[in-house]
Amino acid sequence: MKNPVTAIRLPLRPGREYESRFDREQSTLKMLAIPISSVVIASMITALPFLIQQPLLPPFGFLMLLAWRLMRPGLLPVWSGVPFGLVDDIFSGQPFGCAGLLWSAAMLTIEIIDSRAIWRDHIQDWLIASLLIIAILLAGLWIAGMAHAAADPVVLLPQIVLSILLYPLVVRICARLDSWRLAT
Amino acid sequence: MAPPPHRRPGFSRKAQYGLFATYVIAIAGTAVAALLLVISVADPTGFAALRTLGAEVTAPVARFFNSIRRTTLDAGENMSAYFDAASKNAALTKETKANRTKLIEAKALRVENARLRGLLKLKDETNEQVAVGRLISSTASSTRRVATLSIGSSDGVERAQPVRGPAGLIGRVIETGPTTARILLVTDAENLVPVMRASDGLPAFSTGLGNGFVVIKPLNLGESPFKVGDIIVTSGNGGLYQPNIPFARVIRKTNDGALARPLADPANSPYAIVMKAYQGEAQAAQQAIAPDGQTKAIAE
Repeated sequence: MKNPVTAIRLPLRPGREYESRFDREQSTLKMLAIPISSVVIASMITALPFLIQQPLLPPFGFLMLLAWRLMRPGLLPVWSGVPFGLVDDIFSGQPFGCAGLLWSAAMLTIEIIDSRAIWRDHIQDWLIASLLIIAILLAGLWIAGMAHAAADPVVLLPQIVLSILLYPLVVRICARLDSWRLAT
Repeated sequence: MAPPPHRRPGFSRKAQYGLFATYVIAIAGTAVAALLLVISVADPTGFAALRTLGAEVTAPVARFFNSIRRTTLDAGENMSAYFDAASKNAALTKETKANRTKLIEAKALRVENARLRGLLKLKDETNEQVAVGRLISSTASSTRRVATLSIGSSDGVERAQPVRGPAGLIGRVIETGPTTARILLVTDAENLVPVMRASDGLPAFSTGLGNGFVVIKPLNLGESPFKVGDIIVTSGNGGLYQPNIPFARVIRKTNDGALARPLADPANSPYAIVMKAYQGEAQAAQQAIAPDGQTKAIAE
């Protein structure tokens, strides 16, 4: 007896109909590639034609990294902030190494928080992410000010608010990607 | 979700050392990133090759989306042009008639100007454009105001060339790749532009604020001489920007200067013209005599 869902899927993946439904393995490539590529692609969003006169676009790469780290502790290693940050530096326009240092510091901070507050809910994760976003953006401005003339910190205010408000959306996207990642 | 219990790997020595190694790598990686940061702060152009590579890789996607964006913008403008077409036509006809006299006067002035320059044996400065491109992206998430241009060194674009749009000055080139160039916009806090008031040539400097506005500071001390609505143009001092490129419009008077909004909006500029540096030859000759100016010219 066929159920209708299988009948709809049948033309797309004919082989699956006869496969075992038990004990399927996830694809290792998918499990590794999805978190990594999602963070890198989120870092590249700034290369799209957003021609804005003030810093307004949230640091999507950092939001994505935070979402993966807070939603799936143990998936990304402690040191992963360095490579992800250095990739982000290529696209962000900040001095090279800025995100590499700051994101790594953020990952270490979450590692410390993880050992103190073990069971957290989404609101607490959002609070942690918000504080880290504020710290990262302000520190980024300070570092950019060391290499070049810096703008007033007030220009960051819209970006900070937007980033904090968009964090739950990024977590949603991340959760969808996670269920795709773990689907068999 | 609670973290998996990898923090207490049990009695396995291998697992304990493995966990310890990840922390060592994390700290070492952070130190390496800090070192890279120190290098790039000391020499801001040091990692230009990496950034250029990133811009080159993402440029096709940016070009594609930018062409879509432009097409939609153009379609919207074309459609809105049909509304009130008759009254707009009447107003424009009246305006053209009024402008015609002024245009003839301007032409006569230009001829007279050329004749006077000839009498004084002033060499006409080259007003050549190098290439025309489009702005395809900007560092929208950083406090630095740097935009990417769709043309690069293969079109003759070089470092420190000024870039302008049809409405006014946009910025200057700071890094070039084969098919892309990075432009430091005039609204960046780093970008200092010698300007003057269009009406009387009052000399001033402009600095970006990083939020889409610029601060105009006059050279002479005292109360701010600016009024709301003053038009600011480039003065040509320093030999980088051509004189009389439209630059900004004063929107607020401050204690020691004025707050102004640049006339060229990079987001709505249909094209960007890369120009030769004004008095580039004279500048090069000066650099050859006084080479300590060179280091300042390199540091962005």
